[in-house]
Amino acid sequence: MNLSEIERREHYLNVNYGIRSWLFTTDHKRIAWLYLLSVTVFFFIGGLFATLMRIELLTPQGDLVQAETYNKFFTMHGVTMVFFFLIPSIPNVLGNFLVPMMIGARDLAFPRLNLASWYIFILGGAFTLMAAAAGGVDTGWTFYTPYSSIYSNTHVVLTVVGVFVTGFSSILTGLNFIVTIHKMRAPGMTWFRLPLFIWAHYATSIIFILGTPVIAITLVLVGLERIFRLGIFDPALGGDPVLFQHLFWFYSHPAVYIMILPAMGVVSELIACFSRKRIFGYSVVAFASLAIAVIGFLVWGHHMFVAGQSVHASMIFSLLSFLVAIPSAIKVFNWTATLYKGSISYDAPMLYALGFIGLFTIGGLTGLFLATLGIDVHVHDTYFVVAHFHYIMVGGAVMGYLGGIHFWWPKMTGRTYPEIWARLAALLIFVGFNLTFFPQFVLGYVGMPRRYHVYPPEFQVLNVMSTAGASILAVGYLLPLMYLIWSLRYGAVAGANPWRARGLEWQTPSPPPTENFDRTPTVTEGAYAYEKDPEEIYTLGKPAHV
Amino acid sequence: MSSKPVVSVRVYVLVFLALLVLTAVTTTIAFFDLGGGVNNAAALTIAVCKAVLVILYFMHVRYSDRLTWVFVAAGFFWLLILIGGTMDDVLTRQEISRASETPPAQLQRR
Amino acid sequence: MSKVEVFRQHHFEDVEQQHEASWLGMWVFLATEVMFFGGMFACYFVYKHWYLQAFAAASNHLDIWLGAINTAVLICSSFTMAMAVYSAETNRAKPLVRYLLLTILLGLVFLGIKLFEYHSKFEEHLVPGSSFKFEESLARPAEIFFSFYFAMTGMHAVHMIIGIGLLTALVLQARRGRFSVVYHTPVELTGLYWHFVDIVWIFLFPLLYLLGRHV
Repeated sequence: MNLSEIERREHYLNVNYGIRSWLFTTDHKRIAWLYLLSVTVFFFIGGLFATLMRIELLTPQGDLVQAETYNKFFTMHGVTMVFFFLIPSIPNVLGNFLVPMMIGARDLAFPRLNLASWYIFILGGAFTLMAAAAGGVDTGWTFYTPYSSIYSNTHVVLTVVGVFVTGFSSILTGLNFIVTIHKMRAPGMTWFRLPLFIWAHYATSIIFILGTPVIAITLVLVGLERIFRLGIFDPALGGDPVLFQHLFWFYSHPAVYIMILPAMGVVSELIACFSRKRIFGYSVVAFASLAIAVIGFLVWGHHMFVAGQSVHASMIFSLLSFLVAIPSAIKVFNWTATLYKGSISYDAPMLYALGFIGLFTIGGLTGLFLATLGIDVHVHDTYFVVAHFHYIMVGGAVMGYLGGIHFWWPKMTGRTYPEIWARLAALLIFVGFNLTFFPQFVLGYVGMPRRYHVYPPEFQVLNVMSTAGASILAVGYLLPLMYLIWSLRYGAVAGANPWRARGLEWQTPSPPPTENFDRTPTVTEGAYAYEKDPEEIYTLGKPAHV
Repeated sequence: MSSKPVVSVRVYVLVFLALLVLTAVTTTIAFFDLGGGVNNAAALTIAVCKAVLVILYFMHVRYSDRLTWVFVAAGFFWLLILIGGTMDDVLTRQEISRASETPPAQLQRR
Repeated sequence: MSKVEVFRQHHFEDVEQQHEASWLGMWVFLATEVMFFGGMFACYFVYKHWYLQAFAAASNHLDIWLGAINTAVLICSSFTMAMAVYSAETNRAKPLVRYLLLTILLGLVFLGIKLFEYHSKFEEHLVPGSSFKFEESLARPAEIFFSFYFAMTGMHAVHMIIGIGLLTALVLQARRGRFSVVYHTPVELTGLYWHFVDIVWIFLFPLLYLLGRHV
């Protein structure tokens, strides 16, 4: 296929032009792009705050900024990265683009709600950025009371309004995915023929639906307490700050599973494709996704072991936290078993997937250390915790996101990216990541507290290593930004299925037509049938009833 | 749902009357001290009954498919997880003294 | 194209699928609302456990009769809403409009009574903040009670207002003949929302108003 053929064929990108056709679109694929641009901006804003923090931490003294300013940096870093990058990235970019395609539908169940969710996301982001511009917030992304509700002199209300509003973007997305997956699967697409990416997004949507409203109301209460002086978490009235933490973590713990489950879904797709094999134990992996989502709601108290929570409750939460590691571990075993005797290739998406498995395992295992009551007493609020969650969120979720972006880039754009640069970037990210965060395990273990801008001089070497790693990581992240944009104009034209993958999304041209499929597909085979030819698996069904 | 039967007016009227009666009952009981947590339990039980009537009949769940039931149940079940986990902590704290009705005098409202 | 086809959106295969999707979508949304209000209920239960005496005393300052009347008003409005859906299902266009209007009216009555209650609380110095006055030994937890009273009934009122807005839009559409036995999904879904808001009040009434009446 050459360029002029592509330009002549109508697809979702060229069907109409102009800003209005993008801002008023209801096409899930275009909305995915709107989100892609937005989350990328927020990623680099969050990265900017991280950069400032790591520069300060080059020296033991507080010489770059004052403590109050540093507090604002880590707060804005956390808020931006958690709510405006990690939570929306895979579901709202890859999920939006792929969920309808993978199940053989023409769009999500509620396309206008989908567009609304993006506008809501932008509105929430605007409030939060306004708060940052006005001087920021210093409560930590965790907004613990009574500091956030009474004593902080920073722009708490504006920030919680921003996060509150954005939460509805999550809720609408989850609602859309659940209804779509239940009601809009193509003929023959039974539940156990679905790609694991879909199972992962279904499980994630359960968390969106049942968890996000709780943080929404919690932030409302904090806001009301600040504005109207209601006394909900005020200790002077007999209010309980730990109660805030219960409500906050009831969502925010499952939120971390929102961040990792979609990445696991991506990894399943990548491992299968680049080993040319079915995923080992498909149904077990599917159920493991649901198990993670459900059990993930039962463990929130492990963030509160030293907060004043009862020992009784802490023990139960500790036990359940061990339990939730099991389905994650099962997935790692199943991916490894898939690799065994597979026909492995090392394209960039696969590098990200392999990196994910290793780094997620380290992050997950250190989570078990933290789930152990006795150990947590020593490492809580130290850099050990920081290293643990960055291994999962950066070594896991971000790498899953990048792997997915690279894998589906040809489908989304009709172009391939330059493979050499992509592999280089993946390697740089892997090396930079480990250099940044492994020293932090050591730092935490020997006692460096988190959220401090000063530290004892004996910790400097490890901090310098960490900052050096961060600079490599930054280069690694900037590279894809550059070559992916480059590829939009100069990349080689991609066919419908450059990876020779299975999956309905690869049975339609790249870029896809607006309605995704010219004819409604009929599915007769499960996912990942790599031992068969695609033609044996899919039959073109009746003309799409548009 | 088009495949669902139209619920009759008679059913609606009966449910409506039942709801009013239950409201009267719960209001009346409140004036009598039934000891222990009985008042509490009674009020909550009656509220649950009223909610169930609204859900089953006014909201047609009685005539809906299983998927609907799952989501109805899930919402309330998850709320129980939140309340249960929080109350477990609250009920098992070994507090030397709860501030009880009067928090320490030193704590001033800002 | 059959009459019903007019209402099918392009990404659905048939109206049946569209209706099922809309119905499920509304129930998923209501599950989120359960969790949203539920967060406040969870906090309320904790404080009620710790400060029962103060909460009971504070609850006594609420007007139980206005609360009970409001409960009855909302139950009536749920009935009229159910009758509105019934009218749409049985192709009775005029009763549909009348029942929708009745539901709106009852909703406004509820809000009116609530406004009156809020006003009296203000007059009695029971609004949390610097003007709050209560029997000294119970004053502080009582202020927590009233914080929840205003937060919970306030949030409920916001949902009522949104519901009335939705019902108004329905009335305007119904008068233009948009709904019939063949298509009335918006009426059904608004009904689900309205009944849910009623259920929230069904729990709010005993928890806020009926705590300490037997003292």
